[in-house]
Amino acid sequence: MKNIVIIGGGIAGVETACALAENGNRITIIERDNKLFGKLNNWYCLFPDFKKSKELIEYYQNRLKNYDIEIKLNSTVEKAEKNGEGWYIYTGNVRYAADAVVLATGYELFDATRKEELGYKIYDNVITQADLEQRFKDKNFLTSTGKTPERIAVVHCVGSRDEKCHNMYCSKVCCVTGVKQAIELSKFLPETQILCFYMDLRMYDKFFEELYRQAQTHYNIQFIRGRVSEVSENSDGRLSIKTEDTLSGRPMKMKLDMIVLLAGMETKKNTTEIAKKFGVEQEESGFLKSKDFHIGAGILSEKGVFAAGTCISPMSIKETIENARSSAYQVNEYLKTL
Amino acid sequence: MDFGFSTIETRVIEFDKFDTKILKYVLQHEKSMLVCMSCGGCTATCSAGNLTDFNVRRMQIMLRRGEIENLQTEINKCMLCGKCMLVCPRGVNLRNVAMLIKKALVNHKDLK
Ligand code: SF4
Ligand code: SF4
Repeated sequence: MKNIVIIGGGIAGVETACALAENGNRITIIERDNKLFGKLNNWYCLFPDFKKSKELIEYYQNRLKNYDIEIKLNSTVEKAEKNGEGWYIYTGNVRYAADAVVLATGYELFDATRKEELGYKIYDNVITQADLEQRFKDKNFLTSTGKTPERIAVVHCVGSRDEKCHNMYCSKVCCVTGVKQAIELSKFLPETQILCFYMDLRMYDKFFEELYRQAQTHYNIQFIRGRVSEVSENSDGRLSIKTEDTLSGRPMKMKLDMIVLLAGMETKKNTTEIAKKFGVEQEESGFLKSKDFHIGAGILSEKGVFAAGTCISPMSIKETIENARSSAYQVNEYLKTL
Repeated sequence: MDFGFSTIETRVIEFDKFDTKILKYVLQHEKSMLVCMSCGGCTATCSAGNLTDFNVRRMQIMLRRGEIENLQTEINKCMLCGKCMLVCPRGVNLRNVAMLIKKALVNHKDLK
């Protein structure tokens, strides 16, 4: 029997744990928080099928019952040390000996206050997609002045594809998140006009394009190609934005009541700290560096250390699950060589 | 007396101010216009667009931004041949959009 330590108890960590427990390994999950499933706890529903996040959590709670996986909550990795072919991992006053380690530390949402011109935390009616998910849960869509919004803008690519934020990459899932949220908003607020401001719409996966089309045909969501460059507040508390309507080549301005910023995905500081402890390489973007883009995803630069999920790159929940399964496969292949 | 000053009309699209009557009329009668994704396929193949400055993709955008002053001259360049519809990946019935714009322009005053 082999010992495997998984660092991070989000979807990636839990799926990797289940997949590896299947082969009779002894698994420990070390989770920093006081509960499993990380950010999934904060989402109301998921694209593209509007599945409630709760259902997915329940699925994993049930699945975990099938295995004897040790789960250590409220725990952080203090130190990691090579131990022959494997690793010693120190947490609290316990030392774990692991034959393989999987880093599944997840991502952080881009701090939207860094794009000051968009007014997050300056104007109350500018929120992020994460704030909006909470509002879906609370069924509260009123503006700070207690009004039902007449017009809401969803702004794509906040902190992604932006040299000014040192994030050159596309966060990949925000486009479809924006379209999903626009639809969801329109279901809750049928009288409200909803507009998405995009640079490119990246509807890459199955059913995403259909969702975009549905947003147009059934929910009358308007898509305006242009980056919002400025948000300001009027004396009446409404917001004004400036953008270029690039499809007609003219500047555009409009008033609205609420703005949802689609903040991108970034590496956690925590991931960087842990990467240093294991001595594994990171990419320039901060995401953990796999051995090979095509065939070595999840295999890190130190022997016996693997990664799964959004600490490797931005990905959707579905892709995280697939990726975790593929990392479990890589771990198993590796364990065979020991 | 001429002081040499003049006012310049702003080029900014004022989303809050524009006239949506024709847009509403067209969308009501031709739902397929909702799904245009501005790919420009129609413009590329349009015979009128290859010989004049008519741009059938932009015609829809003009409508969506309430630029109806120039719409009359624009729409008259369309030959209603329907070639654009053959290439549209989203199945927008552009010929009908053009027809509806023509009709709406005639009845503009009566539209709500
Ligand atoms: S997924 Fe869309 S919104 Fe997100 S960074 Fe990429 S292009 Fe921008
Ligand atoms: S071909 Fe169709 S989708 Fe493309 S710009 Fe023309 S009407 Fe829009």
